[in-house]
Amino acid sequence: MSIIKPTRRGLLRTSAVAGAGLAMPTIFTGSASAYMNEPTGSSVTLGFNVPQSGPYADEGADELRAYELAVEHLNGGGDGGMMNTFSSKELKGNGILGKKVEYVTGDTQTKADAARASAKSMIEKDGAIMITGGSSSGVAVAVQALCQEAGIIFMAGLTHSNDTTGKDKKANGFRHFFNSYMSGAALAPVLANAYGKDRKAYHLTADYNWGYTTEEAVRESTEAMGWETVNAVKTPLTQTDFSSYIAPVLQSDADVLVLNHYGGNMINSLTNAVQFGLRDKLVNGKNFEIIVPLYSRLMARGAGENVKGIFGSTNWHWSLQDEGSKAFVKSFGEKYGFPPSQAAHTTYCQTLLYADAAERAGTFNPCGIAEALEGFEFDGLGNGKTLYRAEDHQCFKDVLVVKGKENPTSEFDILEVVEVTPVSQVTYDANIPQMGGPEATLGDCNPGA
Amino acid sequence: MEAIVLQILNGLDKGSAYALIALGLTLIFGTLGVVNFAHGALFMIGAFCAVTLSKILTLSHVVIDATKKDFLGNPLKVEVPYIYDFVGENAGNVIIDWAVPLSILFAIPIMVLIGFIMERGLIKHFYKRPHADQILVTFGLAIVMQEVIKYFYGANPIPTPAPEAFKGSLDFGAMLGFEANSIIYPYWRLVYFSFAAVIIGGVFAFLQFTTFGMVVRAGMADRETVGLLGINIDKRFTIMFGLAAAVAGLAGVMYTPINSPNYHMGMDFLVLSFVVVVVGGMGSLSGAVLAGFLLGILESFASMTAVLETLPGINQIIIYLVAIIVLLTRPRGLMGKAGVMEE
Repeated sequence: MSIIKPTRRGLLRTSAVAGAGLAMPTIFTGSASAYMNEPTGSSVTLGFNVPQSGPYADEGADELRAYELAVEHLNGGGDGGMMNTFSSKELKGNGILGKKVEYVTGDTQTKADAARASAKSMIEKDGAIMITGGSSSGVAVAVQALCQEAGIIFMAGLTHSNDTTGKDKKANGFRHFFNSYMSGAALAPVLANAYGKDRKAYHLTADYNWGYTTEEAVRESTEAMGWETVNAVKTPLTQTDFSSYIAPVLQSDADVLVLNHYGGNMINSLTNAVQFGLRDKLVNGKNFEIIVPLYSRLMARGAGENVKGIFGSTNWHWSLQDEGSKAFVKSFGEKYGFPPSQAAHTTYCQTLLYADAAERAGTFNPCGIAEALEGFEFDGLGNGKTLYRAEDHQCFKDVLVVKGKENPTSEFDILEVVEVTPVSQVTYDANIPQMGGPEATLGDCNPGA
Repeated sequence: MEAIVLQILNGLDKGSAYALIALGLTLIFGTLGVVNFAHGALFMIGAFCAVTLSKILTLSHVVIDATKKDFLGNPLKVEVPYIYDFVGENAGNVIIDWAVPLSILFAIPIMVLIGFIMERGLIKHFYKRPHADQILVTFGLAIVMQEVIKYFYGANPIPTPAPEAFKGSLDFGAMLGFEANSIIYPYWRLVYFSFAAVIIGGVFAFLQFTTFGMVVRAGMADRETVGLLGINIDKRFTIMFGLAAAVAGLAGVMYTPINSPNYHMGMDFLVLSFVVVVVGGMGSLSGAVLAGFLLGILESFASMTAVLETLPGINQIIIYLVAIIVLLTRPRGLMGKAGVMEE
């Protein structure tokens, strides 16, 4: 007969084994949901992450208006807006997959760290199933990376840098807005037509991610048609008075000034350039011209009369006469009393596109949604036939070349569309160097959980 | 050569703004001993006085024009400024065109009033507190003022153009015998520079040639003794605060055509203006003006392409670099006096 003497060591060993045994089932069954923030109730929550304070607050406010309008339409309210003109007919006005759409908002402050913090909080505390928004490429790239790690779909708002769907593209991220490459490709032929092929360009470039990709894109496409780039100067993002950068332009023998600036930078540099009388000058026997590659109507308003006659590109404009644009302008205009901006348009589209993808996939699982969006062709959202390309999650559609209007009839009537550049002209190979080359990959979709 | 003349000219208008703000800062510091971080906000409020006056002048009533359509296809609502009803369309347009210069008259009483309220209502209570407390409370005040402006006017810059007569630029190069277009300088910047010179001259004359100015200068040198002579120096210092606020405000009003004003324009100038004050010498009015122009011109030079090619990024640090060198070689600043902020 042997007596088993209880020892301290033995007890510890036994309880450790027993503990592991007890814990086992929860290890394997702990995550009952198949993906991050799977909605279990009768509603689903979207996270709208826009600049509500800081210099882009007005643009953020317009994005938020569009999101609210999209939610209203998805839930069956209002006149349905572009849901009626959208080529996909999955959306019935009963929410998404029968669940009522609710939303939470965050303030990006146009700062990458603040934007990540608010996105994180919406994902973790509010259970947002999708994050969308942003009014700056720095913010979009940062939040997109966060969503990739968290296993959440990111539907980018206004972000124009090549990197968002180029060097920094992610499997969970999707962009409807156009990019620097497309602006360059669309602008170049129009510029050659208007100003000739023998021009000397001087670039002033905002010293950050978006500025570089825009300068690169515009340089490549204008040089390809014969222009010469005489100089390219980087200006600090915090610069407010550009006079010391503008003054040397005329001495450089340049006859075109390209302002790779956005927001407050664009307003100030353009105002300064016009103040210096650049546009009244004759250089090399030609009229001196100014170009603003990315136009935003909200921003153009800040530059006042200075935008008159100046070429640029834009993703969408409220004066377009296709059925989708008309429907959107009508429902937005009736609700808020003024026409929507391009920022509002892209965020409204992104919300509908997400909802539609969920309907077609039959799930909120990010991997299912990504699959539904990849290679998805649609129409009726204001930009004509559009493709969500599978290789880089970038939308390919026509690009608008616009010009500051000479005789505006109202404070919204600042830009006129001079050409709709067909999508074929702005399509590029996903592996070109401007987009990060072949090393840049989407990676795998991450469902989280 | 042309490039150098050009950058000197460029530095002059930037320097004018720095000098005007730094002048006010130094006035307040020299008289009240307060480090006023809300001074940039006063510059911004001044700019928004110009915005406000142009808004008032263009205050409109709506007339329906059935012949035109708005973006929704409804009859176009045309806004007609009330001023047309009072003085007719042509005179109305002239007044609206000259809104920025007119704002000078509009801004002076407002800025003086804001200065009084600030000093009596808040800053007065911080005279005896350490400088760190003063910096915190005035910085907080600046943020409050910014947010109030943003609430009413939005975050985007608001275009406030100069009168039509001052549009375009002067071909300075042609006047000096250089090639045409080699040195051009916008008319309004010339106006700004001349305006700053007049204001700076005016402030100096006021302090130098009036009894009031004499008392204030005496108070700056020895507040206690002036008080013992039975002079209510506090009251005079309050007036000086109002004057400093008005100077900053006017600098802001006239700056609006150069850059469309927005709610954080004050902060952009504030830090640089403090550097200007320190480089010029704490408490020295002429030092502030001198350093303002000096740093403005240096900043312009640093942005020249030739300079940037040899020293990339110099344009962003030049001011601080100069500040370090000046403080190492002349710890009291260019024209600082012994005994100021040294106790």
